[in-house]
Amino acid sequence: MAKYIEMIRIRFLMMLAYRTNYYSGILIYSINIGAYYFLWGAIYGGSESIEGISVTQMTTYVAVAWMARAFYFNNIDREIAQEIKEGKVAIEFIRPYNYLVMKTMQGLGEGLFRLLFFSVPGMIIVALVFPISFSASIETWGYFAIAIIFSFIINTQINILTGVLTFFLFNNDGLIRAKRVIIDLFSGLLLPISFYPGWAQELMNFLPFQAISYIPSMIFTDGFAGSEATQAILFQIIWALLLIIPIQLFWLFAKKRLVVQGG
Amino acid sequence: MENIIHVEQLRKEFKSYSSRSGLKGAFRDLFTRNYKIMPAVNDISFQVQPGEMVGYIGENGAGKSTSIKMLTGILTPTSGMVSVNGMNPHKERERFVQTIGVVFGQRSQLWWDIAVQESFRLLKKVYNVSDQAYKDHMEHVIESLDIGPLLDKPVRKLSLGQRMRCELAAALLHNPTLLFLDEPTIGLDVLVKLKIRNFLKEMNERYNTTILLTTHDLSDIEALCDRVIMLDEGSVIYDGKLAQLRSNWGEGKQIQFQFADSNITELKLSMVCNELPVEWVQGNRNNIWIASVKNDESVISALIGKVVAAHKITDIKIQEITTEEIIRNIYEEGIVYG
Repeated sequence: MAKYIEMIRIRFLMMLAYRTNYYSGILIYSINIGAYYFLWGAIYGGSESIEGISVTQMTTYVAVAWMARAFYFNNIDREIAQEIKEGKVAIEFIRPYNYLVMKTMQGLGEGLFRLLFFSVPGMIIVALVFPISFSASIETWGYFAIAIIFSFIINTQINILTGVLTFFLFNNDGLIRAKRVIIDLFSGLLLPISFYPGWAQELMNFLPFQAISYIPSMIFTDGFAGSEATQAILFQIIWALLLIIPIQLFWLFAKKRLVVQGG
Repeated sequence: MENIIHVEQLRKEFKSYSSRSGLKGAFRDLFTRNYKIMPAVNDISFQVQPGEMVGYIGENGAGKSTSIKMLTGILTPTSGMVSVNGMNPHKERERFVQTIGVVFGQRSQLWWDIAVQESFRLLKKVYNVSDQAYKDHMEHVIESLDIGPLLDKPVRKLSLGQRMRCELAAALLHNPTLLFLDEPTIGLDVLVKLKIRNFLKEMNERYNTTILLTTHDLSDIEALCDRVIMLDEGSVIYDGKLAQLRSNWGEGKQIQFQFADSNITELKLSMVCNELPVEWVQGNRNNIWIASVKNDESVISALIGKVVAAHKITDIKIQEITTEEIIRNIYEEGIVYG
């Protein structure tokens, strides 16, 4: 276990090595939150609430969704794809650890770094500028903490799945890009799921994406409370367990047909 | 003694496809492709004993890297048996890789953006090396490779020679009994090469570390290895002592004469020394002739005496056939005699 924790530390060091990325990240996220704040302000116009969500709740939703994204979002799909393409994955096979667990830990290191040095301070600044309501109940905060851990797990699982597909497709940049758009759209980052037409909401109940952004954001804004929140977390747990199956299968096949590209 | 590497009838096939030519061909390739099965490693067998330093050589594409990748558990063999350190590399990967060290000259295994010592610290945790063992072993390694001053620099700021020495230290961090080196001296200057060679020799003497070395630089092999395994088109074509290879192929000497008279011919030369066992080849100018003879004092003296007495010369050189030439001859002919 010590080796996996050490990897988180190494990721912290790597994040610190590229300070420009860190600063530009803050800028991009603030612009996004600002843009969505004004967009939703215009959509709401004079009305108090749409689909049972008030203006303040919406602003909070947008801010939290983006700040949670800083935690669960990572580029390990791209990294895995690149390591496979360049043949660097060979080096990973001569180390006494599980490659996928190690990649997850790198993602976690990146996520924790951004949560501590980016989301928390960012949220405080955003709360000063925009009208945002924080829940007073400890219960909500507890549910939210559990929910974003599962957001991270499910998003990382989907990323690993996309990355490992490189073993079979050799070049899957297009797939990675498509996956990113699908997650932003279907996870409820850009638009809460309850705003989608009924049939689309039905469909999305059978897909894992809303577990990534919609569930934690709804919990944070008190949109889900009590049994609704526990049910939402159960939905996340089920998907986290289900996604292990295809990952293990693909990984097993991938190891069998590993061809180290580039010598 | 127990073999540290035992390979029997090892084979690896790759499926490759050939593209059809032209636009029409490219469209046909969308639907059906021509597959060909190519054996990269073709039923090789060999054993290595503990403490040996073995040179593993062959042309580009001879199957060296593929077989090393099977020995280190990166690739699954198509068929055959591999046992390294008493384990099957692919089946017991995590336990197996604890006992080996690998350096790929063309790929870095250190983390690019962070200081060397952070990479070492991570590897120490990864290989579960105790503080005491690390201190005893690594202090010595760092000192003999002279990388102490580099430890706090990020890898991307190191020169190739500096990086290579750090890679070597990283591969030896857990003090493995077996070390695979895939072209460790590629692109390095003479001084760094010497330093690395001396270090490897020392590790071998001190810990009885077994080393399997692939390289295109034969001076590495000459300096380090007693034994060579030579591959060509996926098969082992020679496995034995380097000295043996030399004596079978390179027992002769070459004497190069530069004559004052440019009208010299092979006929004239063989008339001069008709009873001596000598072969004449013209050099790159028409007054230069090279005589290949056995490495025998009386023959060499007699030849030089007769030639110099009969024709005026401006220059003379005596060369031993180098290992490089021997290897080149073998590659060209594809088999080893004797």
